[in-house]
Amino acid sequence: MDGANVLGERNFGRTARRDAWWVQPLAVFGVLSAFVVYATWAALQTSYYTFGPYLSPFYSPELFGDSAHAWFGPKPGWWPGWLPWSPALLILWAPGGFRLTCYYYRGAYYKAFWADPPSCAVGEPRRSYWGEASLPLVIQNAHRYFLYLALLFLCVLSYDVWKALWFVDPASGETHFGIGVGTLVLATNVMLLGSYTLGCHSLRHLVGGRIDRLSQAPARLRAYRCASCLNRRHMSWAWASLVAVAFADLYVRLCAMGIWSDWRLF
Amino acid sequence: MPTATFRIWRGDITGGKFCDYRTDVAEGMVVLDAIHRVQAEQVPDLAVRWNCKAGKCGSCSAEVNGMPRLMCMTRMNQLPIDAPITVEPMRAFPLIKDLVTDVSSNYRAKQRITPFKPRPPDAADGTWRMAQEDVDRIQEFRKCIECFLCQDVCHVLREHRLHEQFIGPRLLVHVAALEMHPLDIESRAEELRTVHGVGYCNITKCCTKVCPESITITDNAIIPLKERVVDECYDPLTKLFRIFRPARAPEAPG
Repeated sequence: MDGANVLGERNFGRTARRDAWWVQPLAVFGVLSAFVVYATWAALQTSYYTFGPYLSPFYSPELFGDSAHAWFGPKPGWWPGWLPWSPALLILWAPGGFRLTCYYYRGAYYKAFWADPPSCAVGEPRRSYWGEASLPLVIQNAHRYFLYLALLFLCVLSYDVWKALWFVDPASGETHFGIGVGTLVLATNVMLLGSYTLGCHSLRHLVGGRIDRLSQAPARLRAYRCASCLNRRHMSWAWASLVAVAFADLYVRLCAMGIWSDWRLF
Repeated sequence: MPTATFRIWRGDITGGKFCDYRTDVAEGMVVLDAIHRVQAEQVPDLAVRWNCKAGKCGSCSAEVNGMPRLMCMTRMNQLPIDAPITVEPMRAFPLIKDLVTDVSSNYRAKQRITPFKPRPPDAADGTWRMAQEDVDRIQEFRKCIECFLCQDVCHVLREHRLHEQFIGPRLLVHVAALEMHPLDIESRAEELRTVHGVGYCNITKCCTKVCPESITITDNAIIPLKERVVDECYDPLTKLFRIFRPARAPEAPG
């Protein structure tokens, strides 16, 4: 007979812990839920996602759409009529998948949304458990493929920051270099997303972690050390970038709606 | 001198209960000191395993106020004494008596791991050369004192009792130390997936949280092992790349 049987079963939420173990999973549940609700709402708006040279990161790259940022023109004719249309729906699955399969977020939402476990050394609601050893969660192993896409998105968002440095003078129609608060918002978003993406566990493995004798590959050793450095704060980058990307969308949206004014620094 | 109440599990595999003991608490005491005082003054038959009292032998693992801890490294001034302090044996392992559990399953599981196999010697005198950069990464894993607190807090073992399917964080750290060793030439990716059940880990990081040696178990050992399993078993692009990659000459000694 094992210890747990003699000591008594611990049902859901039962623990001898005396600290506020429920605070962290509750906070994760609240912030992630709020983000998903806001991102879904914003993605379905199909309006107010551009302002001057700014493009909301939820809509970038805008493959098809009505704004000047669209790569391939307006809404394609082949889009099914029964499916709601939004340029964001074409692309958001990629960064969404990257976060959904991220090693940090996995651990966080397994606790917060699935109580598996609710927190360390706290009783669980279910007896059965498959983990990530079989379907459906074995699919989480596709994380590195989402990483490849996330790296492409990082390049696109960086280009958006470059575009956000060029403002059209409404009087003369000429384009001038400038920096607005929106430029800084988009640049901060890219910086935080970059720190999150480049510190990804899969990237750390791919650039050097898979090699046992890194001393023979100096460039990969440097890359591994850089990725490891960012990886040590992966949780912080994950949350900071999540908030930043939502705020960047909100900023562009409120400027486009005329509620906020975009201050030009020069 | 303040006094504290300790609610200690007393019993064996046939059953038991929590019993309260009051004892004096002096400055600088750790939980193990208090347990020893209770044992010396009130219940001499209280079973408790301990050895070094310095956080290095990993013997005095138990659950203090619900969290797996080394009793010798848990200072009394970190614990509120306004309510009874609960001390119970590790729940993930079979109980022997009172605070003592049978952790031998970990040693049996260790025997299932493919052992270290070095490449041929680098020098004519039968010795090897290793670069410091290459051993830096596995040095962290050498700090493990086998207290098995990580095994105890792991919900796969603690709640779901999957000891046969999943070797647990401590032994995954051991596999990581072997897998990443610059001299080792074995691949354990397939056995990690099929025998050791690395897929059962859902990255809660509880093992990292309780490690008294501050080993970054999840990020530096388990996730890199999961990635090696992805390389071998779940990533068709990597496999394709390996097929078409030109054959490389054997690596020169480090």
